[in-house]
Amino acid sequence: MRFSRPALRRFASALFVTVAAVMIGAPATYAKTVNVYSARQEALIKPILDTFTEETGIEVNLITGDDDALLTRLRSEGRNSPADVLLTVDAGRLYRAKEAGLLQPIRSEYLEQHIPAHLRNSEGYWFGLSVRARVIAYATDRVDPETLSTYEALTDEKWRGRLCVRSSGNIYNQSLVAGMLSTQGEAATEDWIKGLVANFARPPQGGDRDQIKALATGQCDLALVNTYYYGAMLQSADADEKAAAGEVALFFPNQDGRGTHINVSGAGVTTSATNVAEATALIEFLARPEAQNWYAETNNEYPASKGIEPSALLKSWGSFKADSVDVTELGRLNAQAVMAMDRANWK
Amino acid sequence: MLLTACLIAVPVLVIVASLFQGFSPVWQHLLETVLQDYVVNSLLLMLGVGVGTLVLGVSAAWLTAMCEFPGRKLFNWALLLPMAMPAYIIAYTYTGMLDFSGPVQSALRAQFGWGHGDYYFPEIRSLGGAICMLSLVLYPYVYLLVRVAFSEQSTAVLEASRSLGKGPWKTLFLVGLPMARPAIVAGISLALMETLADFGTVDYFGVSVFTTGIFRTWYGLGELQTAAQLAAFLLLFVFVLFTLEQYSRRRLRFHHNSAQQKPSRIELQGWRGWCACALPLVIVTAGFALPAVQLATWASSRVGETDTAEFLTLVGSSFTLAAIASVCCLVIALLLGYGKRLHPGQLEHQAARVSSMGYAIPGTVIAVGVLIPFAWMDNRVDALMREHFDISTGLLLSGTLVALVFAYVVRFLAVSLQTVESGLARIRPSIDESARSLGKGPLQVLHRIHLPMLRGSLATALLLVFVDVLKELPTTLILRPFNFNTLAVRTYELASDERLADAALPALAIVLIGLLPVILMTRISSAATPYSSVRTQSQEGRP
Repeated sequence: MRFSRPALRRFASALFVTVAAVMIGAPATYAKTVNVYSARQEALIKPILDTFTEETGIEVNLITGDDDALLTRLRSEGRNSPADVLLTVDAGRLYRAKEAGLLQPIRSEYLEQHIPAHLRNSEGYWFGLSVRARVIAYATDRVDPETLSTYEALTDEKWRGRLCVRSSGNIYNQSLVAGMLSTQGEAATEDWIKGLVANFARPPQGGDRDQIKALATGQCDLALVNTYYYGAMLQSADADEKAAAGEVALFFPNQDGRGTHINVSGAGVTTSATNVAEATALIEFLARPEAQNWYAETNNEYPASKGIEPSALLKSWGSFKADSVDVTELGRLNAQAVMAMDRANWK
Repeated sequence: MLLTACLIAVPVLVIVASLFQGFSPVWQHLLETVLQDYVVNSLLLMLGVGVGTLVLGVSAAWLTAMCEFPGRKLFNWALLLPMAMPAYIIAYTYTGMLDFSGPVQSALRAQFGWGHGDYYFPEIRSLGGAICMLSLVLYPYVYLLVRVAFSEQSTAVLEASRSLGKGPWKTLFLVGLPMARPAIVAGISLALMETLADFGTVDYFGVSVFTTGIFRTWYGLGELQTAAQLAAFLLLFVFVLFTLEQYSRRRLRFHHNSAQQKPSRIELQGWRGWCACALPLVIVTAGFALPAVQLATWASSRVGETDTAEFLTLVGSSFTLAAIASVCCLVIALLLGYGKRLHPGQLEHQAARVSSMGYAIPGTVIAVGVLIPFAWMDNRVDALMREHFDISTGLLLSGTLVALVFAYVVRFLAVSLQTVESGLARIRPSIDESARSLGKGPLQVLHRIHLPMLRGSLATALLLVFVDVLKELPTTLILRPFNFNTLAVRTYELASDERLADAALPALAIVLIGLLPVILMTRISSAATPYSSVRTQSQEGRP
């Protein structure tokens, strides 16, 4: 590889321009902007933000990252933080952000009317925007759905060595346990975790898709998974994934009782926000039918806004009764849930 | 020099300072339940990766530096390829291949009519699996450093050993390896620090180690301070480990004593040659070719859906960042390494040590260590300006590339410093003395003598940091400016959503860009005549 001098010089100047542009920041082409810190990853938020910009003329600047890391950044940046909106994929982190004084309450008639009370903060600090259900997936050739009923019943001896779940480090498992703590109390929850661990087919590993694959290959018969992973596998371009999902079906537990466990992804306006009006407009936009349907179509999530139908695929799994426990509780009890799982040796 | 070291040590010190802020009741819980698991698994993981990288790295280095066999020139640089493979990516690809539902086990079951539980197959998602994955991508640290050391070793010493009746194996163990000790130690410590900082692989495999514990405490329990304290203990452990190692070789000297000599390699002909060729072939296949093919297969199904312009922007920003950061690291490493050589005092020594501890800490924790002082400073400046001039300066450095590059230096300085130091250690101090006595200043000595002699080590340092930054994820994720993406960020976001096929293309791009400096470096090192010379290991104070 030999480079001629002019070519090298051109390359160097191109690099310099790139660096300079990034360091100084590209010139703003929009009069109004809103800055977003998002724990929802780029592929699952950027397209709808682009639509927002097209429709309103408000430019959106975006950083994505892990929830707690973004919270730490927000906190250390303090009142000078450029962030206007915080987007998370878990109610627990919104709760944490509010407790740390990082969010401010906003009034929005639209949001108050359309987002159900148990999916938002009562004082307007944050609003749930999409719903994720954690359900039981089962291998259709080995499990009769008649034998399934509740999360609690998964500890039954007949499931010994037949259950697959990912690690307790995963937030969805933590919030499932937090939900349990909130409704069943500490002692019952710990017994439940112990029973669950006793029924594990293998040490917790992999992600939700891996649990579904394990069902298809016969390593286990039941698994706890989030619905949208199953949906993504059904629609996957990978033939093996699609085939694996084809051998699995979903069961919504606790329909006769408290309902299936759900968590939300949501958003709030930061304390340091300088573009409060734009931030509010963005959150309202994300709760409108267009965005709500987009969540459902691209990531198989259930809409949070009232009166919006889930996508055709979601509907085909049947409607379900969701746990109406205030999702704030999930945040408040998260640490307690992790400790309970530590004690019960859920790896 | 001290000032620079202190500046770079700030984030590490921020983390260590957490130890003085009181212990929360969560500690009681950790001690009672999971801490023991974290410690034991981390130690086992370190032991496994230490042995793995030692065996793979040293044997590959010995073969390519000291022997002549078919394909040697190719393997010389091909053995570096696995370095460009992020550990969590290789973990994903191998899981895809070797998992129960993967093609290998499925084929076995179809062939023999087995079902679940009818046969034994090693579980890839386990501690052992994590050791294999990490060893496969981390051995190049050992290989690179040790190969430079071997090729600068003189054949005279080795021939002396041979002529005294020792066979090639004994020569390797009695002469070659002991003389290469600083390089071996430097390589393994880099590999081990990276192991301790790794989160992606162990998390995916469900192995509870110290790193997963740190994140569990922070994210799950919401205890950032306790998490920082855990990280601080990790640091102390690493610090003690390295201090012990340094102490054990405090009296040894490894520089060479006589003039240049072209190394002659042992000719391996016939079946021996092919055997010698087989080892690097297996390593490169397992560490690079297989996972790369798997990635390419996944990526090929997605090529049409990729936005080319956006993809090129990603490539451009990743390349630029990696280039800037690797040059910064190199300059600072030279400053610290050379400063230590000029003033070999305890203070300078410890300063260099502490400032390079960042490598053993998970990137996100380092990011917090950078975030806090930067934001604090920015906010102070802002408050001052508001008070006196009624101007708000906002955040000057936080959230800019300056903070990000600084974080990279903090995190990867160890890599360039270790490399530069092990290079400097091989240059006889008497050379400096002669030059100085001829009236040259320290900078001139550096420029006219050390830099040319260090060419190989410097290129190595640049390359290692470049590739590391290219792969770097957690720090970039949290410190980057608005709307700024890199290949690693893109790869991770897709992979963490379990969309491996979509993640394959950016992952492959990381690997391919990582190849550029590897090729460049091979050209540099083949253009420069190696300063090989006789080196003996003399022990001071021996009668």
